[in-house]
Amino acid sequence: MTLSDQEAEPLSNASLEEIIEVMPEPDEGDLELVAGAEPKARSQFQLVVRRFLRHRAAVFSTVLFVILLFMCFGATWVAPFARNKQDLLADIAGPSRHHLFGVDQLGRDYFTEVLYAGQVSLKIGIAVGLLSTIVGFAAGAIAGYFGKSIDNLLMRFTDLFLVIPAIAVLAVALKYFGYTDVTIILVLAGLAWMGVARVVRSQVLSLREKEFVEAARASGASSWRIITRHILPNMLGPIMVNATLGIAGAIVTEATLSFLGFGVQPPKTSWGKMLSDAEGQVGGKHAFLLYFPGLMLLIVVLCVNFLGDGLRDAFDPQAKH
Amino acid sequence: MIKFIARRVLFSIPVLVISSFIVFWGIRKTFDPTAKYRTSKDAARLIAEKRKEFGLDKPIVVQWWNWATKFVRGDWGVSTSTNGKVTDMVSRALGFTVQLIFWGVVISLVIAVVSGVYSAVRQYSVADVAFTGLSYLGVAMPPFWFALLAIQFLSVEPKLHWHLAHPIVYFVGLHSTGQSGFNLDYIRHLALPVLTLTVQTVAVWSRFQRAAMLDVLSADYIRTARAKGLPRRKVIFKHALRNALLPLVSQTAVDAGALFGGLIITESIFSIPGMGRLFLAGLLAGDVNVILAWMLVGAVFVILFNLLADVVYGFLDPRIRVT
Repeated sequence: MTLSDQEAEPLSNASLEEIIEVMPEPDEGDLELVAGAEPKARSQFQLVVRRFLRHRAAVFSTVLFVILLFMCFGATWVAPFARNKQDLLADIAGPSRHHLFGVDQLGRDYFTEVLYAGQVSLKIGIAVGLLSTIVGFAAGAIAGYFGKSIDNLLMRFTDLFLVIPAIAVLAVALKYFGYTDVTIILVLAGLAWMGVARVVRSQVLSLREKEFVEAARASGASSWRIITRHILPNMLGPIMVNATLGIAGAIVTEATLSFLGFGVQPPKTSWGKMLSDAEGQVGGKHAFLLYFPGLMLLIVVLCVNFLGDGLRDAFDPQAKH
Repeated sequence: MIKFIARRVLFSIPVLVISSFIVFWGIRKTFDPTAKYRTSKDAARLIAEKRKEFGLDKPIVVQWWNWATKFVRGDWGVSTSTNGKVTDMVSRALGFTVQLIFWGVVISLVIAVVSGVYSAVRQYSVADVAFTGLSYLGVAMPPFWFALLAIQFLSVEPKLHWHLAHPIVYFVGLHSTGQSGFNLDYIRHLALPVLTLTVQTVAVWSRFQRAAMLDVLSADYIRTARAKGLPRRKVIFKHALRNALLPLVSQTAVDAGALFGGLIITESIFSIPGMGRLFLAGLLAGDVNVILAWMLVGAVFVILFNLLADVVYGFLDPRIRVT
């Protein structure tokens, strides 16, 4: 019992890479013991990477996700046709050898459209995920560390936005500030950071009672130093997991809002917007227009979720699923 | 207990007041309910008249105060776009949404408990792995896309394939014209919207149930029961399941409460005139009375069901009973 407690004890001080840790028995196969030889020391970072690489679904998802990122953002080079190029003779038609995802109502290659739409979906999703994590971390750390009054304020604020519907906020903000990606990103992040803040807050609440924080405070470290050097490194795991889940959530939220007409506006497209445009095809002969943008959404969200799973296991091998 | 409930309700009032003001202010700032009169004859006079009627000539705080004092007295005003009474609109919409929530929650619960318990009892079996995979899919699946696919593959394609006069399951409304009550027609309309709702909730709830069951199964008193020689069946259903159901009960209450704000996606795709559609229509028209009424009714249900979750949990599990 005491041994495992020591293992679980968070690492104090200094960045993760600086710490050379020889863990007694962290996980099977982490140490390849050769009789008589000194076990090779690995940094915490290396251990995390090793554990992540063992999660096959996560590694596969990461690779797939990176490929999709490159395809979408490199659409200028990857896409088989120029953007918005209309082939007026090619009527709306299903997938073929020439047009991988078919041709839409305007005679545009659907594969090309999907790639370009992915730029907007992914950009918004990733930006919202990162922004809400950063803001949520800051707010949660402050609330958890400095305690009561700020803590109460944050929680009331969270309650407020549980009541106010996201769609209404977005509709008002888009009308007020104009239909830009930045507005969408800011609004979605503004609504998503509170979840992260709650997670971070509870983590900080438990971490700040730990002995190593007390020791740091006793030796005169400032609050800023304690938060950034002692508490932050110990929370890297949950924060990164939250960021990935945040990205997945934001991609779906953006798609949903765009589908309902409150997100991306023409001439811009995103996967959600494409589905919104193709909604009328349901039940018709050209329902294939519905399949591909949705499939991309599904694949990306699955990838990001698996990535999050892998990260969680890598950072916290003792966690239960 | 009563003190606990009273305190929770009291605490939520400021949140409702402030949020209603923020939304009121936001909508008034960006939507002009007199916009539709701009093209009419004698527009200037008509708009001035209407502005007075809606109280738009007063400061925003006064406007909100007038709305709020009427609202608490039960006068929820009329919709600026349809001129219908908001109380009637909300109660009608709520009726439709409640039907969806009821069937969705009941069916989801049954599936989630059965699959969750089975997964936990036979951990890492083929079925467990399959359920896990399905729940990953269910969580990642954008609900609106699932709804569209369901229409395509479960309603339209079978109809075309077997040359039916009517699809097996419908995807518009909850009844065919001239039909009412609980009958086959109702079920055929309900199938797809409820399926859409179920897929999302089951994906989460079954995982939840599985985790709770695994937790309980590794408890000491289960080992004791097994060691005494009790049959496995009895241990699982009498000793373990009773405790493993507790977390899901409160989770269900919390989630169900959040659904009353409307299944915005489901209702708009399947053309069901419930709360979600009411909200969307209100938002598109900048209809402040409708949006606020919708929001507060939804919030009250969230608060109620959260309370219910705590009370029920305390009732079922004396260890955490609130005093």
